[in-house]
Amino acid sequence: MRKFDTKIQHLKYKVLREVARQAWNDTLYDNLLDIPKLIVPGKVPTMRCCVYKERAIVSERVKLAMGGNKENPNVIEVIDIACDECPVGGYEVTNACRGCLAHRCEDVCRFGAITFDRDHAAHIDKSKCRECGQCAKVCPYTAIVSRKRPCQNACKVKAISMNENKAATIDNDKCISCGACVYQCPFGAIMDKSFMLNAVDLLKKSSEGRNYKLYAVVAPSISSQFTYAKLGQVITGIKELGFHTVVEAALGADMVALAESKELAEKGFLTSSCCPAFVEYIHKSFLELEPFVSHNLSPMAAIAKYIKETDENAKVIFIGPCTAKKAEVQKESVKPYVDAALTFEELQALFDSRDIDITTLEQGVLDNASYFGRIFARCGGLSDAVAEGLKEQGLDSFELKSCSCDGIEACRTALIKKSKNLLDANFIEGMACSGGCIGGAGCLTHGAKSKSDVDKYGNEAMEKNISDAVSVLK
Amino acid sequence: MKVTVCIGSSCHLKGSRQVVEQLQHQISMNDLKDSVELGGTFCMGKCQQGVCVTVDDKCFSVTPETVSEFFRTEILEKLT
Repeated sequence: MRKFDTKIQHLKYKVLREVARQAWNDTLYDNLLDIPKLIVPGKVPTMRCCVYKERAIVSERVKLAMGGNKENPNVIEVIDIACDECPVGGYEVTNACRGCLAHRCEDVCRFGAITFDRDHAAHIDKSKCRECGQCAKVCPYTAIVSRKRPCQNACKVKAISMNENKAATIDNDKCISCGACVYQCPFGAIMDKSFMLNAVDLLKKSSEGRNYKLYAVVAPSISSQFTYAKLGQVITGIKELGFHTVVEAALGADMVALAESKELAEKGFLTSSCCPAFVEYIHKSFLELEPFVSHNLSPMAAIAKYIKETDENAKVIFIGPCTAKKAEVQKESVKPYVDAALTFEELQALFDSRDIDITTLEQGVLDNASYFGRIFARCGGLSDAVAEGLKEQGLDSFELKSCSCDGIEACRTALIKKSKNLLDANFIEGMACSGGCIGGAGCLTHGAKSKSDVDKYGNEAMEKNISDAVSVLK
Repeated sequence: MKVTVCIGSSCHLKGSRQVVEQLQHQISMNDLKDSVELGGTFCMGKCQQGVCVTVDDKCFSVTPETVSEFFRTEILEKLT
């Protein structure tokens, strides 16, 4: 069964795996310069114009696998030599235009940007076009296409533009590190920095728990990942890497659901705190709404805090689908609790760097959280959990009107409405990725079944309500 | 006295929640809140013996069925 959605992910994975392998053997700095040739052997190019360019790009990937540019605070970086400088024409009429009589394109254009030549074919006046895309939607011949770059198209917060060399650049004042561009760039020219070497270092220095205990906190979206093996085998694999144990971030989600529903009932309006890209979006683009952001830690940070409070000899690594978590763990409010954040892609690379074939392992168990904590991984789950939290705490008199935002565009719409006092809701569940965390850029696969996988995993939880799940924590 | 119950996945599935709840109940019934510090931890590395409970670093295997007896012999009697 395939492990990744795209060949870009596979290439990135090969680099991560090799870097990790060398790091485990303490040979990384001796063999660093040989890695590009190891990944791109021979003389025949398979991806670019020549093997030398391919190797130069792999060198950049190696750098990113080792933490990337320290001068750049953003965890998402452009590999400028890998950027293929795609066309940036915006909406264009192709020769599929048949010069019809209906002129739906002209009628729908609110900016008067469509004109017709002597052969009746449509043209777009670039000085008037606002890139709304309505003409493309109504054309019966799909003759109008968007020549927007895939990265720009993916970046709904409009943080990507072109520099003077036509390569993509990221505006750090707008970027929320969601990773949408990382997953969408067909040339793999945008990558998330990896902190895998910190993880390898933490694993080695723990000496299988003799020096300190290293806890893996895993996001509930893990249930939609590693589909070629059983979840229990993934858990055993994580322990084989040298982790003391594996704890569900979903238990932190249970804690957050109770605290957040209480906070909501007290304040009357709230936006959610669990998606770091959404929280960052408010911070960067809707500063006036920042007072409404829930004051709770994210589920990851909440459970990590609990672990560190109960075990003074603990260190915590978060493993999830999210590139923005890599930024969240650098925040002063979270730093003391989480020592590093990894993605599922990086976990796969770590397994293989140790030649751990998880399909051959016995099944371990993972059961800390309730149904509600687990369904945080998909859009709508958080709102269900907050409704349950209100009920379980006897706060039913507060009428929850939730607005679940699936993807950052939906978040933006809700936030704009709120800032104009037009939002008919008292709780905004903001999920930057489409579908929720299961759509995260650090996922191995994004399948149609992901949501049902999460719901199934939720239903398998032993604890059916939130209060029972968190009762052991008091 | 420090009593720590394992709340890791394996022990959780074997009933650590019931063990914690009963210990909490017994401790408050016997007015021992000041002398017993009850806490939890994720995994003690002895998953086969769960539910693992330590009393001042000494490890015991407890189940929801044996927790009352355990409380009486290892906590109550040791304190009085």
